[in-house]
Amino acid sequence: MNDSSPATPPQRSSAPVTAMRLMDGGLIDRSRTLGFTFDGTRYTGHPGDTLASALLANGVRLVGRSFKYHRPRGILTAGPEEPNALVELRTGARREPNTRATTIELYDGLVAASQNRWPSLQYDLLSINGLAGPLIGAGFYYKTFMWPAAWWEKVYEPLIRRAAGLGRASGVADPDHYDKGHLHCDVLVIGAGPSGLMAALAAGRAGARVVLCEEDSRLGGRALLDGRRIDQRPAADWVAAIEAELAAMPDVRILKRTSVVAAYDHGTFAAVERNNDHLAEPPAFAPRQTLWRIVAQRSVLAAGALERPLVFPGNDRPGVMLAGAARAYVNRFAVMPGRRAVVFATNDDAALTVTTLAEVGIDVAAVVDARSEMSPAMEAAARMASALLITGGAVTRVRGSLGVEGVEIRSADGRKTRIACDLLCMSGGWTPNLHLTCHQNNRPVWDARLAAFVPGNLPSGMAVAGAANGEMSTRSAIMRGAELGVAAAVACGFRAASPDLPPTDEESTSSSPLWRVTGVTGKAFVDFQNDVTVTDIGLAHREGFRSVEHMKRYTTLGMATDQGKTSSINGLALMAELTERSIPDTGITTFRPPYQPVALGTLAGHHRGKDFRPTRLTPTHAWAAERGAVFVETGAWLRAQWYPESGERDWLESVNREVRTVRNAVGVCDVSTLGKIDVQGPGAAGLLDFLYANTMSTLPVGRARYGLMLREDGFVMDDGTVSRFAPDHFVITTTTANAAKVLQHMEHALQWLRPDLEAAVVSISEQWAQFSIAGPRSRDVLQRVVDSPEAISNAAFPFMAIAETTVLGGLPARLFRISYSGELAYEIAVAAGYGEALIRAIMEQGRDFGIAPYGTETLGVLRIEKGHVAGNELSGQTTARDLGLGRMLAKKKDYIGRVLQERPALLAGDRPALVGLRPVDTGARLRAGAHLVASGQEPVAANDLGYVTSVAFSPTLGHWIGLALLSGGPARHGERVRVWDPVRSGDVLAEVCDTVFVDPKGERLHV
Amino acid sequence: MRIPCCYCGARGHEEFTYLGDATLARPSTEIGAPADDATAAAWHDYVYVRDNPSGRHRELWQHTGGCRAWLVVTRDTRTHEIHGVEAARDVALAREATHE
Repeated sequence: MNDSSPATPPQRSSAPVTAMRLMDGGLIDRSRTLGFTFDGTRYTGHPGDTLASALLANGVRLVGRSFKYHRPRGILTAGPEEPNALVELRTGARREPNTRATTIELYDGLVAASQNRWPSLQYDLLSINGLAGPLIGAGFYYKTFMWPAAWWEKVYEPLIRRAAGLGRASGVADPDHYDKGHLHCDVLVIGAGPSGLMAALAAGRAGARVVLCEEDSRLGGRALLDGRRIDQRPAADWVAAIEAELAAMPDVRILKRTSVVAAYDHGTFAAVERNNDHLAEPPAFAPRQTLWRIVAQRSVLAAGALERPLVFPGNDRPGVMLAGAARAYVNRFAVMPGRRAVVFATNDDAALTVTTLAEVGIDVAAVVDARSEMSPAMEAAARMASALLITGGAVTRVRGSLGVEGVEIRSADGRKTRIACDLLCMSGGWTPNLHLTCHQNNRPVWDARLAAFVPGNLPSGMAVAGAANGEMSTRSAIMRGAELGVAAAVACGFRAASPDLPPTDEESTSSSPLWRVTGVTGKAFVDFQNDVTVTDIGLAHREGFRSVEHMKRYTTLGMATDQGKTSSINGLALMAELTERSIPDTGITTFRPPYQPVALGTLAGHHRGKDFRPTRLTPTHAWAAERGAVFVETGAWLRAQWYPESGERDWLESVNREVRTVRNAVGVCDVSTLGKIDVQGPGAAGLLDFLYANTMSTLPVGRARYGLMLREDGFVMDDGTVSRFAPDHFVITTTTANAAKVLQHMEHALQWLRPDLEAAVVSISEQWAQFSIAGPRSRDVLQRVVDSPEAISNAAFPFMAIAETTVLGGLPARLFRISYSGELAYEIAVAAGYGEALIRAIMEQGRDFGIAPYGTETLGVLRIEKGHVAGNELSGQTTARDLGLGRMLAKKKDYIGRVLQERPALLAGDRPALVGLRPVDTGARLRAGAHLVASGQEPVAANDLGYVTSVAFSPTLGHWIGLALLSGGPARHGERVRVWDPVRSGDVLAEVCDTVFVDPKGERLHV
Repeated sequence: MRIPCCYCGARGHEEFTYLGDATLARPSTEIGAPADDATAAAWHDYVYVRDNPSGRHRELWQHTGGCRAWLVVTRDTRTHEIHGVEAARDVALAREATHE
């Protein structure tokens, strides 16, 4: 159960002073002490510690409860593959659940809490789930919570989520920010263990641009953990020397705390750098993490290997630890993971753990080697440690619940021995860490000698070195790393020579797998994080989920946040045993990015909120805001919706006043958001003829024309105006929403469909501020603004005339006598930066004529009163004929959409076509989206005749009006239809009429 | 994926916009020609029917986040290997030349 109360209050003043810390050794800074709390208890550690090592140093073994059975859990590993020691890190908005204690670098003031326990870690009431184990095995939820289906959301899911689950998200916005970056290099080296260091050194010395990524805070990989000697000195010293040389190379970039999480096509990688996760909070202005996109010509994967747990009852108890991790805590962190140990292994690598523990005074009680033949390496280690060696033996039971108290060992002859201990080190062998080789769907191959999957086909440009490639000894890792570093540099065109190879210790890597201990009872865990046991895999097998992909999904093995790093090979080996197939025949599940969990915040980077989709402001935004305009988001734009004046009670009152002002005097509206595209060249007219359904090549210079663009399937794509400034120079407008799409459409036509046309197109939407000045007094206002008033007299500058001119004393401008409102109207455009100055001038000069600004609402009312189509009607489902624009279609030229608009179904008489609607009861309100049925018919789907696309209250007519797509269209003029709106309980009778409600003859345009 | 734009060099695929099959040719139907079944079928194929080939495919991309050139990219749909990139206009001009 997730605890919703704050962290448990302190139970004691302080823990025993770092009881398990060794007096010397380790890569920690004993001169400084860091304080931290875990579940409210105060502890101390040192720089260089992880939370896991600091907890162990303080004698804390129990750190969490498991996902399903609430089993007590401790620390299994010393690295990022940790499945058990997951904690909530930090508090408040920075609280982060499921953080691996083994990767958290200790900082002063760190606060962590255990997860999935209630009321406390020691006494967890839900551990009763463990007793009910047989009932809640694999598939339990699927079988039990089947029905009633309605209970799922209300009852079952909340119940399960409370009982099973891990940490709690903070529930509030992340206060930190995340960065993104791009890196380009010749050679990317992934992992800075011995092989990666040698690869980077070889490539770096050759002069290649190298990026070296290391997941840890320090370079060195296992060299830091194993305590071996390299180059006749402690491995850490050898690592430091190489790091110093690499750091001095100008073209080598070392990224620590950086996980390469994905390998994409063509040498592209994703990596997450944890810039400031090791601090309580990032310094001001610094990111918490950075998502790097790395592009590399060659890559060397040197990601090492992960140790496998052994599978036996009680293998999950706190104090059971991987053998490699146990010696890592000693060597790197100077921590004793226990006082009395038993080592249970299938391989000679664990011999190093035996000697390491013994060297620091840990009593190694017994060495249990699962192999039937005596191993000389193990024998030597056991002798050195004065430990009992049991060859061909197995641990069959672990005593102790909150921590290991002892083990039961079965000898080769079946005899059982009980040994008291507080630490059980286990090793089932090592699994090459080959995830990144598989991200482009390559499959690993089984190596019977190693009993492990090794990389198969590789992504192009990638090579694999060291343990990741099954080369398990330090010596082979160093040799191979150097070799591949040279090869990568040479492939990038550099002359490279292998660095001298440092001498290393002798080591035996002999190993023989043991997939599970047989003849035992009790829960033996395969997947620790998702609580999947041997029994669950047996159940999956019995119920037919035998393919590894089915087994994975039925048991959830490998589906936790650790993605099965310690469990997947054991799981598939068990299924292979049950199905009596070989492991390669059983197969392996697919490795997909990311290799490590990546926070969504990291993927998003700075693209949050308004930085994800910035708001575009019109040139007059500041001026409109000053006047108290109400704004509306239209696409990415923020536009003035209306301009309230004092005393107006609601938006409708303001809009009615604005409409009347335009119809009776003059109004001004910023229409800069319309797309504007400049088209030039000898082929410009031909291009526009091809793009528009009507003819543009006949347009005289100095005139504008309304144009309709179709898609190739015959439906309308966009509309706008085309203005011809010179024989080879046009400016077109698009709707606000389609500005980018139309430009792309034009480029496609020019470069692909009609390469014969010599023309160029470029967006000028943002370069020009453009205003509509509409109303009977618009010319009067404009004549005070332009430098040559006589040039815009009705005779000199008639309807649909355009000109380049100057305003306000020499400011270049473009003037268009076009009208959306149906009134005498102009559009005037100036360079965007002068937009605000121009609108202030227009308002000033228009005061005598009663000018008022108007917004998008009024723009909409004016166009509906005139029956002009807009986005609601250009829905992608309407043809030119549907919209009553069939007369525009050219008959003597080819254009996009010409052929398919003639399809019989698009010409059918019952297609919905545009009509006007006026309510019979003039007090009734029409609603957009309402459906139309014939008067007196039932409002059911079978009777549906169409729907209302746009409505407005017309202050000119004094009632609501609408535009609609009605089956049969204008043929129904004069009929009555039911306007049925079930969503808003509307049921209004309306008369079908022409779409033009105001000035049907268009006389006002020409005055 | 990295696409080697013929004007800008290799760039990440996020700079590009995909359109589709570059082997389709817009049918040339004479103006005023009567609508027959063959014409209808040709246009239907051109506008609506797309193959989903496994292997090499010639496809149209636009370098929208760069030089805005339309490109004909020959890409293996199974491996994403790119075998060639040509300027779409050059391909289209060559196509016109062979038709004339």
